[in-house]
Amino acid sequence: MTGAKTMFKTKIIIAAVAAMVGLASLPAQGAEGGAHVERQNWSFAGIFGTYDQNQLQRGFQVFREVCASCHGANLMAFRNLSEPGGPSFSEEQVKALAAEFEIADATAEGGVRAGVAADRWPSPFANDQEARDANGGSLPPDFSVLAKARGVTDPFPTWVFNYFTGYQEGGADYIHALLNGYHEEVPETAPEGFELAEGKYYNDYFPGHAIGMAPPLADGSVTYTPGEDGVTVPETLEQYSTDVAAFMMWMAEPHLVARKQTGFVVLLFLVLFAGLMYATKRKLWAGIEH
Amino acid sequence: MSEHSTYTPGTAVEKWLDDRLPVIRFAKEHLMDFPTPKNLNYWWTFGAILVMCLGVQIVTGVILAMHYTPHVDLAFNAVEHIRRDVNGGRIIQATHAVGASMFFVALYIHMFRGLFYGSYKAPREIIWILGVLIFILTVATAFMGYILPWGQMSFWGATVISNIFSAIPVVGENIKQLVLGGFAVGNPTLNRFFSLHYLLPFVIAAIVGLHIWALHVPGNNNPIGVEVKESRDTVPFHPYYTMKDLFAMVLFMIPFAWFVFFAPDILGHPDNYIMANSQVTPAHIVPEWYLLPFYTILRAIDFNVLFIDSKLGGVIAMGGALVMLLIVPWLDTSKVRSGTFRPLFKWFFALFAINFVALTYLGAQPAEGIYTVLAKVCTAYYFLYFLVILPVLSRIETPKPLPTSISESVLGKAHA
Amino acid sequence: MATQAEHSSTNRRDFLYVATGAVGAVGAAAVVWPLINQLNPDASTLALASIEFDVSAIPEGQSVTIMWRGLPVFVRHRTTAEIEEARAVPLSDLKDPETDAQRIKEGHDQWLVMIANCTHLGCIPVGEAGDFDGWFCPCHGSHYDSAGRIRRGPAPKNLVVPPYEFVSDTLIQIG
Repeated sequence: MTGAKTMFKTKIIIAAVAAMVGLASLPAQGAEGGAHVERQNWSFAGIFGTYDQNQLQRGFQVFREVCASCHGANLMAFRNLSEPGGPSFSEEQVKALAAEFEIADATAEGGVRAGVAADRWPSPFANDQEARDANGGSLPPDFSVLAKARGVTDPFPTWVFNYFTGYQEGGADYIHALLNGYHEEVPETAPEGFELAEGKYYNDYFPGHAIGMAPPLADGSVTYTPGEDGVTVPETLEQYSTDVAAFMMWMAEPHLVARKQTGFVVLLFLVLFAGLMYATKRKLWAGIEH
Repeated sequence: MSEHSTYTPGTAVEKWLDDRLPVIRFAKEHLMDFPTPKNLNYWWTFGAILVMCLGVQIVTGVILAMHYTPHVDLAFNAVEHIRRDVNGGRIIQATHAVGASMFFVALYIHMFRGLFYGSYKAPREIIWILGVLIFILTVATAFMGYILPWGQMSFWGATVISNIFSAIPVVGENIKQLVLGGFAVGNPTLNRFFSLHYLLPFVIAAIVGLHIWALHVPGNNNPIGVEVKESRDTVPFHPYYTMKDLFAMVLFMIPFAWFVFFAPDILGHPDNYIMANSQVTPAHIVPEWYLLPFYTILRAIDFNVLFIDSKLGGVIAMGGALVMLLIVPWLDTSKVRSGTFRPLFKWFFALFAINFVALTYLGAQPAEGIYTVLAKVCTAYYFLYFLVILPVLSRIETPKPLPTSISESVLGKAHA
Repeated sequence: MATQAEHSSTNRRDFLYVATGAVGAVGAAAVVWPLINQLNPDASTLALASIEFDVSAIPEGQSVTIMWRGLPVFVRHRTTAEIEEARAVPLSDLKDPETDAQRIKEGHDQWLVMIANCTHLGCIPVGEAGDFDGWFCPCHGSHYDSAGRIRRGPAPKNLVVPPYEFVSDTLIQIG
């Protein structure tokens, strides 16, 4: 009798809590008026996800040669580029790279000095206003955590599954889509009465569709340095956008690999420990009617 | 409950201590020997889980404060510094952020358990009232904590919620300025929220002490709601409930760890990875999920009532939704505690739970179209449940026969 | 029989309890360690634990003060006279006996690199001052010679030479 009642109420509470946690946070995210963003097959998704070192190195090249002329990355230190789990350049490479940059330093003679590995990536503009002035009034956002500052609103029931698959790659998907979402002219799919302001470009995925950034990448615009594995990849917009999106995800979440590896051990431990605790509790309660 | 202590100091040192500060006696009486109904189910483990949650938040919070800087120019980067540079910082920060959500999961389950089993009824009204105070303080603490990363949601959440104060007639604007320390959310606001966010958890911990103290006067309620009658109705807290609670804690840590390690940001908003900007409002401002039910009630009042305008009305409704919980013990006058034996109550309670989930869902939806209508309906039911349904049910409902004792109920179950 | 079965069940139970306790202890330790380790210097601090400095810009007879691990460090380009003076001092005159050669890197005799905190109570001594042509600490009157060795006053030790090496003739790496 009581058992059935308990079950009834148990179900209600489980359903209520699961639904509350689930339903609530998701529909708030994401851009308005953007087209559906396709999921990419990211190497860093899932429990066992890890970054592809060669991809990150290529992505860094795209970032450095193309993006970095307008976008900063003021939370990324040069030293991060040689840390394990990332692009893993050698320390010598990073040292040489940093030395190519001038870093503002009030204590140095002349106010600038050559960069060292400990320095952070210098911003291309002195301040936001200078950045706006140089970019037709649009502010190129800093890249440091941009991959996590963008999201995709998944339809039901996909977002429910996200809680169980831990899918957190919406930002990378969005960046990839955005880079591929340009049109030379306003397409027929544009909202009715859409008019493109001067100096803006039409993009399928950008909220409001009018983006201030000209298409930054095109097939062949970057010549890849061959990776350490000697594998060559096509020099296409698709490849560039995937690589740079992966790099940006790493930049936003540099310790992702270590975090997931630790997490796997922690979960295994907890399941084992919960099993032991359950056995102990049962044994203890075996003589008690309850 | 245990006036007759079984503690006898074993050594001269223990005897010396016992005469001066009987902590061991106290611990033995209240943490080990305390007679606890033997029929408690797993919903009763959430009290212990909440103690763990509070502990986790305090420990990780104290650590985060060691590396954090409460200044508008530095706060956002300070949190990123923790994630990137501090040893194990990403995990500690994620534990604190996810921990807030897990805290509220446990808190809501604990409260709904109390509501279903009538744990607020005499002689446990004070336990319930202290619990409601803990809940309100936890909401305040969580809200202020969310400001500290100084992202877009932090800033605009603080802006929206602090405007609540300006709804108060005549002195509202002055109170808002008093709270913010300025005319808008700024550095003074961030600083005081940090200070209070650090302070309040210790206040909560103190009230938790009172909550448990008040619990240990009449002892636990239990799933059948029939008071303990004899010693065979109970088991000592240790080892029976210590082990059961520990097991439940470990179980609770599994989804907790899942989010911390595999989806630390899924319960938050991408917008909070953009540094606060007082010139750009995000497309959707949404509080964290655990505040959504009350946010929906706030928004649902979009009409003037007599001389009360819609803004003040919303604030009164939201405040009322919380404060009303304090008088629940006197709204539900049914002699029967446990919902198990109340055939009508059960359905209204189930509907209340569903309604609460709906309020949560609606809080995350844009306030337009069908959603505003549903928000009004759900808000109405929330208040109806407490103010009308509970009092009326208490009068008209015929409860099922109660078991005479816990032991009888337990035996009946075993032989069923 | 009955007692035997009881006995073995007791053993099984004890084993279970011990195993659960042990696993729990391991878990607790695994939680406690990161909570302590976070107190250690973070990655941004460690990245500056070792710095490089180009000494070529310092003319003979002059010093610069640079920062290393939050401490000021003197880098002095000594004159020949200073070097000879330091080498002429017999070890028996020294409070903290060290030869000049022990305080410099072989082949780079003119470069003296020292942490700029007086070994008495941590003040920064004044350069080219005192009775021994070296440094003088104004706080409590300690005199150091041209090799940074304590000669008179309350300081017990010579100025500390940090771990460093010459990466090239003009580039030193400290730390």
